Amino acid sequence: MSRQARRRHFHEELDTLQARLMEMAGLVERLIGQASESVLRRDASMVGRLIADDDRVDELEIEIDERVMELLALQQPMAVDLRQIVATNKASNDLERMGDHAVNIAKAARRLADAPAIPEVRELSEMVAVATDMVSRSLAAYVSRDPEAARRVCETDDRVDDLRGSMYRILVTHMLEDPRRLSAALELLLVSQNLERIADLATNIAEDVVFLVEGRNIKHGTGASPRRGGDAGS
Amino acid sequence: MATVHGIDTGGARPALEASSVSVFYGDTEAVRGVSLVVPPHQVVALIGPSGCGKSTLLRCFNRMNDLIPDARVEGRVDFHGQDLYEESIDPVEVRRRIGMVFQKPNPFPKSIFDNVAFGPRVNGFKGDLHEVVEASLRQSALWDEVSDRLGDSAYALSGGQQQRLCIARTLAVRPEIVLMDEPASSLDPIATQRIEELIYELKERYTIVIVTHNMQQAARISDYTAFLYMGELVEYGPTQAIFTNPREERTEAYVTGRFG
Amino acid sequence: MTLPASGLGPDVDRHDTRRRMMGRAFASLCALATCVGVVALAVLLVDVTLDGAPRLSADLLTSFASRFPERAGVKAALAGSVWIVSLTAVIAFPLSVSAAIYLEEYAPRHWSTRAIQTNIANLAGVPSIVYGILGLALFVRALGLDRSVLSGALTLSLLIMPVIIMAAQEAIRAVPPTIREAAYGLGATRWQVVRHQVLPMALPGILTGTILALSRALGETAPLIMVGAVGFVAFTPSGLSDQFTVLPLQIYSWVSRPQQGFHEVAAAGILVLLGLLLTMNAVAIVLRNRYRARL
Repeated sequence: MSRQARRRHFHEELDTLQARLMEMAGLVERLIGQASESVLRRDASMVGRLIADDDRVDELEIEIDERVMELLALQQPMAVDLRQIVATNKASNDLERMGDHAVNIAKAARRLADAPAIPEVRELSEMVAVATDMVSRSLAAYVSRDPEAARRVCETDDRVDDLRGSMYRILVTHMLEDPRRLSAALELLLVSQNLERIADLATNIAEDVVFLVEGRNIKHGTGASPRRGGDAGS
Repeated sequence: MATVHGIDTGGARPALEASSVSVFYGDTEAVRGVSLVVPPHQVVALIGPSGCGKSTLLRCFNRMNDLIPDARVEGRVDFHGQDLYEESIDPVEVRRRIGMVFQKPNPFPKSIFDNVAFGPRVNGFKGDLHEVVEASLRQSALWDEVSDRLGDSAYALSGGQQQRLCIARTLAVRPEIVLMDEPASSLDPIATQRIEELIYELKERYTIVIVTHNMQQAARISDYTAFLYMGELVEYGPTQAIFTNPREERTEAYVTGRFG
Repeated sequence: MTLPASGLGPDVDRHDTRRRMMGRAFASLCALATCVGVVALAVLLVDVTLDGAPRLSADLLTSFASRFPERAGVKAALAGSVWIVSLTAVIAFPLSVSAAIYLEEYAPRHWSTRAIQTNIANLAGVPSIVYGILGLALFVRALGLDRSVLSGALTLSLLIMPVIIMAAQEAIRAVPPTIREAAYGLGATRWQVVRHQVLPMALPGILTGTILALSRALGETAPLIMVGAVGFVAFTPSGLSDQFTVLPLQIYSWVSRPQQGFHEVAAAGILVLLGLLLTMNAVAIVLRNRYRARL
């Protein structure tokens, strides 16, 4: 046993926890990508497998919950270990909800396939692109523990909100123009809402990264110093 | 009545099984009818407030209570299907198979080598002592620090090293079970951590029963935890369950620090 | 610069001077008491040395007693003392240590054990002449050993055994119980624990106690007289059944003579005796330090 091998058992457990989170992240990214594809290409064939993948995501969330409980109760983690465990807990909840939203999008895609066609909405593909990009950037920031990259993700959230506003107006226009487009337009509205939630959840994960690395809580626009004893600002 | 949950020996025979063990010092009943099963190759922790009888119970497992003139033990302690307190059993033979590490390091006033070799010698070991000593010191993670000075007095070592020497000494007789009575309570935090890592590694070869007044330590290193209060076994189960969701109110009060 | 008044009030500050003075007075009294003892000893030694030093020579050690003071020597007495003390050591040491081991390690916690303990302590305080009477009746007469070196040694053994037993018991008791626990925990039998752990650790204390007891035996006169040590012996003992004399006895018989010459040779004899005592005590200290260093 070398001098570096202190609390080896505990650190192995931490590594396993991280591995589970990464597995969840990988699954969710794929889920979102496939769900978005099925909407953009009006292809409902992969929806069944998607739902099965989401079940795995749910399983992982439960497993991570249990592991977090055990680590907190039994190992007295401190400092960065404690923040990592707490951040992992939050991130797994966010990822699970992302998975659910992706499933919603896929189900909407399946219903869209049966609905009468509707003209292409360009904003939709842009929204998909921005949202998926935010998800992958927030996860990359988590893996590389990069708070600056995380902060940039938070800044992108406004764009998604704007896009959802635009889509709302466009879709209303489509619906007023031709009542047969109603069901398709409503499904696309749903899809845009789910995409916006996915983007919000990606922002949450980015905020968790900042918490993990710097110990600061930047949720809800506080963006400032940690609650106690820290230096103000920056 | 004790609450016992989920002891999984994996189908193997338990390393130790206590059945209604009671210990009397004169008229005082220090341990009251404790029954528990120690699964093999696991770490079982005995926790509880001061004076709850955990050390006394531990000493029943290797008949160390025999050395106390006023002590009387009732009940059974089964080891390999054999009751250790039967008339025909020689306590000396028991202690060869069930070793003990004490609270304060207590190396003999001899050299490091002679300390570790003492156990095999008095038990009539005829093989290669050097091999046994080296193996034991390696197992207790002390070999690297003392291999070049085995002839030095044991008292030249630091507290943490002395305790690891005592562990090596105990392992030298190749016991099946190692009992530890608050082994780290007199050591500094770094030395304590090393002992804890050691216990985690020793689990592969031995079964360990450890008494500790440090709850967090029990949480960190044990697989099963038994909570004793005033001589009684209150609750016994997997450590995870005891510390995240105990079933007894008294257990919860103790682990949350509301008493003791 | 003085400190502000103490939180307890100015009375306390005034009390300090009185306390200090009393402390100093007490220390001085203790030093004075020590001086008394040291001075008395010094005076004695100086007196003896002045009287006896001129007579110290190799001749003194190699001559037997004689009617003429100038030719008197301590050869017989010195040999006798050495024989007696050596034989006493050989008899008393194993018996006492074994008794101490039994009492400390093996004897059950019973009123009879406590009774034995108390009686041993009492025996240590019995006047030595009583041992002489016992020796006369038991060894000289009953066992038929007659007035011999063996009788003398046996008598002195009885005398010093209680002292050695008590010292050995103290030394054994001083071995930490944790050491015993550790040894038992490794599967050692009681005998193994005693032989390998307790005895080696207790040995310095036991040896010190033994040698101090033997120093006392060296100076005993009364019991040996009872058992048959004679005042005028012109040979050194060569066997256990031989007659003998010892240094204190020789000194005493010289001092009782009227001639001044004998008083001087007696002083020289005292110096020889003191020399032996010092040597034995030095050996005790050396042994104690050496065993303590090994621990």
